[in-house]
Amino acid sequence: MGLTGLFLIVFLVVHCYANAQIFLEWLDYGRGYKAYGEIAHFLGSNPITRIAEVGLFAFIILHIVQGLMLTAQNKAKRPVGYNVAPGNSSSKWYTRSMGLLGTLILMFLVLHLAHFWAPNRYQQLTQGHEKDLYLIMEETFQQWWVVIIYVAGCISLAWHLVHGFWSAFQTLGLSTPKYKGLINCIGVGFAIIVPAIFALMPISYKLGWLPPAAEVAQFVKTMAH
Amino acid sequence: MEHYNMNLTLKVWRQQNAQVQGSFETYQVKDISSEMSFLEMFDVLNEQLIHEGKEPITFDHDCREGICGACSMHINGKAHGPWSGTTTCQLHMRAFKDGDTIVVEPWRAGAFPVIKDLMVDRTAFDRIIQAGGYISVNTGNAQDANNLPIAKDKADESFAAATCIGCGACVASCKNSSAMLFLSAKVSHLALLPQGEAERKTRVVNMVDQMDKEGFGSCTNTGACEAECPKEISIMNIRRLNSEYIKAGLSGSIAK
Repeated sequence: MGLTGLFLIVFLVVHCYANAQIFLEWLDYGRGYKAYGEIAHFLGSNPITRIAEVGLFAFIILHIVQGLMLTAQNKAKRPVGYNVAPGNSSSKWYTRSMGLLGTLILMFLVLHLAHFWAPNRYQQLTQGHEKDLYLIMEETFQQWWVVIIYVAGCISLAWHLVHGFWSAFQTLGLSTPKYKGLINCIGVGFAIIVPAIFALMPISYKLGWLPPAAEVAQFVKTMAH
Repeated sequence: MEHYNMNLTLKVWRQQNAQVQGSFETYQVKDISSEMSFLEMFDVLNEQLIHEGKEPITFDHDCREGICGACSMHINGKAHGPWSGTTTCQLHMRAFKDGDTIVVEPWRAGAFPVIKDLMVDRTAFDRIIQAGGYISVNTGNAQDANNLPIAKDKADESFAAATCIGCGACVASCKNSSAMLFLSAKVSHLALLPQGEAERKTRVVNMVDQMDKEGFGSCTNTGACEAECPKEISIMNIRRLNSEYIKAGLSGSIAK
């Protein structure tokens, strides 16, 4: 779980970095649209990242299968349960709820792939060029229910990471007394900042904090000429 | 400290043996002194049951001074009751109020089957120790202690791990019934000392292998074991166990 989890954390860094480009829009009109479009095209058309994408799916599936097996095996180790369960008195709820949080993330992930990854790759295959993801985000995040599900997915991810980040280092024996404090700090910071950046995207589109795709696209095109 | 007497309702798990189903029985005890230990309160209850011609409750106990690790009771959802860093024998009745209802259950884990009532079979721990929790020394006169210099911090860490009394509270509190805190304490206290060096790699591999055979779960780092350990063994020992295991695996040591 630790190794696959760490790989997925590395993916989150890349994903978050690419998505965060969009917020450059707040510095200069057109800059975020352009920067995001470039990095999305680079990641989407580069053979190395395309191969890494296959690896990513493999790691996600491996992480899920490991998690399901671990949960089932561990449950079976206590055939008769307690009448009075220890509850939150000795451990935090999210450390005991990694399976549940992971399931919520998976449900979100299926929807997320259906919104962006699948249509984009389909068009790439059939028409040879990618979609304007800025535009697709704008369209997708018009509905309130989508925004709510995305924010809920990010909250699940945050709790999953609060435990998962540190836990991965502990499992691999790397959380030594010298680095434990540092790992915990980075872990909690990562678990708050990364999901917050992701959650900010649907919120920003819904509340109109980012310029309309049609206008900004036209502006960037004009500037290029 | 204020002394007071209390009347309590006890819901205690009764089970004839490992083969039959058990159930909770409710008992009333009166005039229990706040200065009694939890086990003394059980002695009073058992006297009462004997006078009533009923079978007394079987529970494990030995030293009653917090170092044998025998008193395996799960009290109101907590291993060894509400106080931290305490065995059941060191839990005093001043932890409770007059009129309280206390639920007492045995350790629950497939690897710790109930022998009778509140007594469970913890010999799985003994077999884990037999698999590698020892060092090989030549017989004859003991050599001078100063022949083996040991850094103070290492000696302290090793001693902190060696305070594990093998009570099983870690397994009882873990949602996975994992014995990793116990095993990590046993591996750590030897791995930190030069005397443990000879079997360092085979020890960790064989003990982990035995732990898996005994049917304990795996560690998901919830930290419940550390919170409930009467000797407050740190989960940093589990970090060391993982590291020792990975290093032994990379160097090609496999279980015998």
